[in-house]
Amino acid sequence: MNDRTVAPRPAGTGSTGAREGVPAPRPDSEAPIPPTTEAEKKTVVRPGDRIFAGLATGSGIFIVVLIAAIGIFLLLQAIPSLALDQVNFLTSREWSTGDVSNMRYGILDLLLVTVVSSAFALIIAMPIALGIALFLTQYAPRRLARPFAYVIDLLAAVPSIIFGLWGLLVLGPVLTPIGEWLTSTLGWIPLFAEGNVSIELGGTIFTAGIVLAVMILPIITAVSREVFDRTPVTHVEGAIALGATKWEVVRTTVLPFGKAGYVSASMLGLGRALGETIALTIILSGTGAAFAWSLFDGGATFASKIALAAPEFNDPRTAGAYIAAGLVLFVLTFGVNAIARSIVAGHKEYE
Amino acid sequence: MAKRIDVKDLNLFYGKFHAVDGVSLAVPPKNVTAFIGPSGCGKSTVLRSLNRMHEVAPGARVEGTVLLDGEDIYASSVDPVQVRRTIGMVFQRPNPFPTMSIRDNVVAGLKLAGERNKKKLDEVAERSLRGANLWNEVKDRLDRPGGGLSGGQQQRLCIARAIAVQPDVLLMDEPCSALDPISTLAIEDLITELKKEYTIVIVTHNMQQAARVSDQTAFFNLLGVGQPGRLIEVDDTEKIFSNPSQKATEDYISGRFG
Repeated sequence: MNDRTVAPRPAGTGSTGAREGVPAPRPDSEAPIPPTTEAEKKTVVRPGDRIFAGLATGSGIFIVVLIAAIGIFLLLQAIPSLALDQVNFLTSREWSTGDVSNMRYGILDLLLVTVVSSAFALIIAMPIALGIALFLTQYAPRRLARPFAYVIDLLAAVPSIIFGLWGLLVLGPVLTPIGEWLTSTLGWIPLFAEGNVSIELGGTIFTAGIVLAVMILPIITAVSREVFDRTPVTHVEGAIALGATKWEVVRTTVLPFGKAGYVSASMLGLGRALGETIALTIILSGTGAAFAWSLFDGGATFASKIALAAPEFNDPRTAGAYIAAGLVLFVLTFGVNAIARSIVAGHKEYE
Repeated sequence: MAKRIDVKDLNLFYGKFHAVDGVSLAVPPKNVTAFIGPSGCGKSTVLRSLNRMHEVAPGARVEGTVLLDGEDIYASSVDPVQVRRTIGMVFQRPNPFPTMSIRDNVVAGLKLAGERNKKKLDEVAERSLRGANLWNEVKDRLDRPGGGLSGGQQQRLCIARAIAVQPDVLLMDEPCSALDPISTLAIEDLITELKKEYTIVIVTHNMQQAARVSDQTAFFNLLGVGQPGRLIEVDDTEKIFSNPSQKATEDYISGRFG
C-alpha cells in the first residue's frame, strides 16, 4: 500500500494510487503512461513474439533440411548403382537394368523426352494462359470473370489420372488425323517427322504435350491473373488519360507490370509438366527406338519410366538406377525454379 | 491550342448514386480555374468528366453537355480516346510508367498517337521537360527509369508527359497533395507559366494554393451525406476569397465549415 501512494512509478499500480490521491493531484492521470513504457523497455520480448519467431524459423529450417535430405537420400541410393553402370549414365540412350550383373542405362533419352514434351506443352499453354488471364482481368465483365476464374481453377483440381485416360481414349484418336497430316506435309522438319511409334495409337509426345498443356494451363492462368489484377490503378489511369486504347493500356501498363509474374507462373507450370507422372505413363507408348527429335516419337519421361518400373524395385541395385534418374529430374526441376526466381528478381524495379 | 470549356447542366452518376448535380460553368482559355470544396463533394468527379475519364469507372454515367470550343465531347460521334489525347491530365499521385525510361515516359502519349520519328520524339522530350522545369535535373539520365526520381520530380515528369502532346486543356487532380512544400512551390510556379499556353483546371484541397495560382475559383459543396455534390458558386478567385456571394463559400474559406 505504501509503495503505491508514495511512488506511483511501477506499471499498472498507478491508477489505484491515483484514487487515494495523496501526493500529486494532477500527474495522476498521466502517471500510469510513462512508467509502463519504461518498464517495457527492459522486457522487450513477449512470449507471443518468441513462440511465433520460433515457429517461423523452425518451419523455414525444416523445409531446407527436408529438401537437403531428399537430395542426400537420392544421392546415397543412386551411387552404388551408378558404380555398376556399364555405360555412361548421362550420355547413353540404353536402358536395361534387368540383368544386375550387366546394367546398362543412361538418361539421355529420358531427359530429351521429358524436356521436349514439357517444352511443347509450355509453348501451347503460355499464349493461351496469357489470353485467358488478360481476358479475365481486362476484358471480361466482372460478373462473368469471377465464375469463369473458378472454372479454370477447377481444371487444376482434376486428378491427373483423368487427364491420362482422356488423353489416351479421347484426345489421341482425335489427334490422329492432325498428326498424319503434319507428318505428311511437314515431315521434312525433324520435329514433325514420322515417329518411332504408331500415330494411330496416339501414344506420342504430341498427344502427351497437349494433355500436359491442358494440365498446366490453370496454374499459369491463375497466377498470371492474380498478377495482372494487381496492376496499379494509377498506372492504368495514367495510360487511359494519355489516350490509350484498351490494348494500349494492356501493353503499356499491365504487361510490363505482370511480365515477371507471368514468366514465373510459366516456370511453375513447366515444373509441374516436368514432374507429371500418371498421365504420361498412361499416354506415352513405350519404344525400344531412340528419340529422334520428332513430336511423334514415343518413349518415356523420367517420371513415367520410374512409375512403370515400380515392380523392379525389389532389388536395391535396380531401384538405385531409377533413383539416379529421379535425381536428375530433381536437379532439372530445381534448375527451372532457380531460373524462374532469377527472372523475377531481375524485375525488382516495380517494388 | 488552348481551348475553352463550357459545362452545361452536368449530372454525374456512379451506378445509382447521383454524385454531382446540375453543374454549369465556363472555363476560359489560357486561364487557371481551381475547384475547391470538402472531400466527397464531386470536384474530382467533375474534373474527370472533362476528359471522359469518369466513364472509365464501372457503372459511371454522364448526363448533360461538355463543350470544348463549342464541340460536344460527349457527342455520339466522338471517340473518348481522341478526347483524352487532346485533354491532358495530371493525377494526385505521380504515376510515371515505372518500366519506361524518363524519355519514354515523356513521349508515351506521342508514341500512342503513332509518332515514330526518333528525332522528333527527342525534340519533344526536351521541349516538354524544359516546359515542366525538369530538364536540367534529368538531362543526363534520360534513359534511366522514371520511377527513380523523387516524388516532386515524378510529378513534373507527369506534367511533361501531359504537355508533350500539346493538349488543348490540362486537368490537374490535386497535383501537389503528395508533395512536400518545396516541390509544391515548383509545381505552382510551373502552373503559372503553363497558363500562358494552356487552359488549366486544377482540383485542390489547399485554399492558399487556389488563391495563389488560379484566376477563377469554383466552390463545390455537399448539402448532406448521400446527397449529390453541387457547384455553389464560381467567380474570379479574388472575389471568391474576399467577398463571395454565398454564405457557404465564405464559411468554407474562412474555416467555419460544417
